[in-house]
Amino acid sequence: MKSLFAYISVLFLIFFGSVFADQKKVGFIYIGPPGDHGWTYMHDQGRQYMEDTLGDKVSSTYIENVPENADAVRAIRKLAESGHDLIFTTSFNYMDQTMEVAKDFPDINFEHATGYKRSDNISTYSGRFYEGRMIEGHIAGKMSKSNTIGYIASFPIPEVVRGINAFYLAASKVNPDIKMKIIWVFTWYDPGKEADAANTLINQGADIIVQHTDTYAPCQAAEKAGVYAFGQASNQESFCPNSHLTAIEDVWGPYYAERAQAVVDGSWSSQDTWDGMQKGMVVMSPYNESLMSADLIAEAQAMEEGIKDGSLHPFTGPIYDQEGKLVVEDGDVASDGMLLGMNFYVQGIDGELP
Amino acid sequence: MINFELIIGVIEIVMIATTPLVFASIGELVTEKSGVLNLGIEGIMLVGAVMAFITLVTTGSYIIAFGISLLSGVLMSVLFAFFVLILMSNQIATGLSLTIFGIGLSSMLGKEFIGIPIEGLNPWYLVILSFLIVFLVSYFLNKTKNGLVLRAVGESHTSAHALGYNVILVRFLSIIFGGSMCALAGFYISICYAPMWQEGMTAGRGWIALAIVVFATWKPRNVLIGAYIFGGVTIIQMNLQAIGLRLPAQLFSMAPYVVTLIVLVIISSNQLRIKLSAPASLTIPFYKGR
Amino acid sequence: MNSFIPRLELRDQNSTIMNFMSPVLAIILTLATSAIIFLIMGFNPIQTLYVFFVSPISTLSGLSELLVKAIPLALIGTGLAFCFKNKIYNIGAEGQLTMGAIFGGGVAIYFYDSNAYWLLTMILIAGSIGGVLWALIPAYLKIKFNTNEILTSLMLVYISLYILDYLVVGPWKDPLGFSYPKSRPFSEAGRLPIIFNGYRVHAGLYVMLTLVFLSWFIFSKTLIGFKLKVSGHSSMASRFAGFNQNYLIYLGFGVCGAFAGLAGIMEVSGPIGLLYRDISPNYGFTAIIVAFMGRLHPFGILLSSLIIALTYLGAEDAQLFLQIPSAVGFVFQGLILFYLLGSEILIKYRLKFI
Repeated sequence: MKSLFAYISVLFLIFFGSVFADQKKVGFIYIGPPGDHGWTYMHDQGRQYMEDTLGDKVSSTYIENVPENADAVRAIRKLAESGHDLIFTTSFNYMDQTMEVAKDFPDINFEHATGYKRSDNISTYSGRFYEGRMIEGHIAGKMSKSNTIGYIASFPIPEVVRGINAFYLAASKVNPDIKMKIIWVFTWYDPGKEADAANTLINQGADIIVQHTDTYAPCQAAEKAGVYAFGQASNQESFCPNSHLTAIEDVWGPYYAERAQAVVDGSWSSQDTWDGMQKGMVVMSPYNESLMSADLIAEAQAMEEGIKDGSLHPFTGPIYDQEGKLVVEDGDVASDGMLLGMNFYVQGIDGELP
Repeated sequence: MINFELIIGVIEIVMIATTPLVFASIGELVTEKSGVLNLGIEGIMLVGAVMAFITLVTTGSYIIAFGISLLSGVLMSVLFAFFVLILMSNQIATGLSLTIFGIGLSSMLGKEFIGIPIEGLNPWYLVILSFLIVFLVSYFLNKTKNGLVLRAVGESHTSAHALGYNVILVRFLSIIFGGSMCALAGFYISICYAPMWQEGMTAGRGWIALAIVVFATWKPRNVLIGAYIFGGVTIIQMNLQAIGLRLPAQLFSMAPYVVTLIVLVIISSNQLRIKLSAPASLTIPFYKGR
Repeated sequence: MNSFIPRLELRDQNSTIMNFMSPVLAIILTLATSAIIFLIMGFNPIQTLYVFFVSPISTLSGLSELLVKAIPLALIGTGLAFCFKNKIYNIGAEGQLTMGAIFGGGVAIYFYDSNAYWLLTMILIAGSIGGVLWALIPAYLKIKFNTNEILTSLMLVYISLYILDYLVVGPWKDPLGFSYPKSRPFSEAGRLPIIFNGYRVHAGLYVMLTLVFLSWFIFSKTLIGFKLKVSGHSSMASRFAGFNQNYLIYLGFGVCGAFAGLAGIMEVSGPIGLLYRDISPNYGFTAIIVAFMGRLHPFGILLSSLIIALTYLGAEDAQLFLQIPSAVGFVFQGLILFYLLGSEILIKYRLKFI
């Protein structure tokens, strides 16, 4: 019996012995499987980029499909207890769970995606995806023939509402007749339901489909119906080559590499990062040259440049809410505070927020 | 002013969205009619979906994918049948275990196949097939001798046994039919409805099928009505949203379940009607020795 | 030919030896099967089994996590035994759990800024009441209208989940939560205290152990337990003996509802601390398996809840240390369940080679 135990211990030592003493361990908590070609996929791409960039200085592991309940705490703790120096929790609903674990492990650094609660050892980070929505809105405004846009939204949270508003402001600027039809599906992930929503919108006259859900089902539905679509989170052109105009890609790699490097250097400190196109956290997929005119592509690229150098902001006043109240003064841009808590539609969008 | 084109479009979307529910519930109905409750629908659907997808990607043939998907449903249900009929394990616990097993097995098998683009199959073949199957099942159960035997087994297995019918065999075949229908639902989801493979992509439709069988009061043709109400509610709710109406989506989606509950109470309170519909031996195991 | 095929023969009496031996047999079979599977998948079977079964509970924190996971399972499983012993198949414990969380959570949210000492007690009582009320619906319908309780209790699961969804997306949304679908955090006085600092196991453990013990006492030493047993064995005999069937049905559902409701509110006021849509990883359904695996005996249920909890933890460790996908954990769990359920037959029947 004793020898068996010894055998197992030796096995274990051999197995984990490969870990260098000074190598930093980075752990990731994923909400879905890394192969989902959406949200989790992009985080995993970021993880791999980090490993490639930092080489032997870091090693990384992940736990996938972690539900957003009390189980998440266990998974995060598990990473903390197994010697990880830096832990990324990559979904909004891990916020309180990350707080809880971070309290018990003051020496370990945590990074929570898309949340707003920080402490000495928790940073938060997110992308300014609404910048991409502005470009999508511009393209849609120029390309829609029926002047009707179909928007598939997940939950009425600021992140999603911001996207809708940024999209609409840009679209209505180039096409005042543009109408938005919005369906809230109350899920991030249900390919069937997402396809149903896309088909419903197309049936109601939408000729461009925008989605803020995770799978490429809407884009496939658009392809089948012969209308245009924008991809979500990653480049989805391979699934719908004849309808995919562009997509907003979440590029986490450089950020992950930078933060892991900070841990290696011992310079990590808690901060709040909200980067956009300028830092390359938000990237537009290659514009579809067979569907879009060269002029339009040039316009979109010019907008990217404008956003990067700060001359263009998706929320530039005057902006009115649905009641006609001026929320952003002429010439001003919306503050980050307003953007982070955005819970109203801008003037011109029909219907009310659920 | 009524826009007919719009309405026809809505009906089409409802039919496409409802078909997997029809397959899964008609299969479960036959299984339940023979006196067996299979709570493993969701697991079988997922395995059927992933096997269909894997086969299509590797062979490129819809026919072979269809066959392999059905076969996987058969294998999953043979596993279930072995446990509940031969080992007489509890049907509820075994069905739930089968779901857990199916969720795991499907994600394990499909790991390398996520995000491979495929050409989806036109859903209308299977939409038509779903109607055909419902009417065939209805004919079988109500008009044929074997259908009568199946119902008798579900009603009272001891009497059926006394009359010389092979209770285990009847239940075995019913479970297999139910399982292959669930796999067919899975095939439809990953090949026609949303042509892709994603882990857990059936998103709870197997559980809705259970409710539909009850709503249908175990009558095959009512399965169509039940499935179309459950499937239609979501689509109608989406349409109302798209024209700018706001409603509490959750309460809207909840409505069919409340209706099912009420239907269940109404049919149960009438002794005669419950006798005509709900199988009396549901979940009761049969042992020949006594 | 026939002689090679074993035949089942009903034992005159349930085998006491097999009562204990069959789970052991099941575990041995599972270990053997999974060792083969791991070998085929290219993993070292001994090391893999070690990671699945030993490493998760080789630390204090691992043990604490095991208990956190087992508390709701054991509690609900024991409650279900009150129904299942009487052959009443309440499969709606998930709904009763959800209602418990809603009722208790409602109190906690109403008194969100209160620090009264009675708050926690109130919350727990409200949670149990919620569970009882939700459980009494199928009981009433069964008695009054002869409605099949399997189906009604299942329908009520869906309904309760939609109600919770509606509440956290709508009226109970945290006013300070940037309209994310979750409630206010409960006040400190509304949280279940943890037992050891730095570990997550909470006072719900005492509640669970007390109720499991109490249930054992009721089953084995009181008239009610005897009545449940007789009635489950033969409702005819029970009626001859003058036992009130309806009373036993109400009792079974009531106790199960109370236990499940309590499990729900303890999960919410313990490890989670607020309400949102995803509070339970199907505890109510998993507990059904736990109850049958534990042969409806409270101590057996306690043991099987620990085994099931261990499989969850093991699956995470396997991901972390061996990069085995989470799906394999589910397959593994499925195997254990099948073997445990299948081996039950040896208690009632013997194999005969004639």
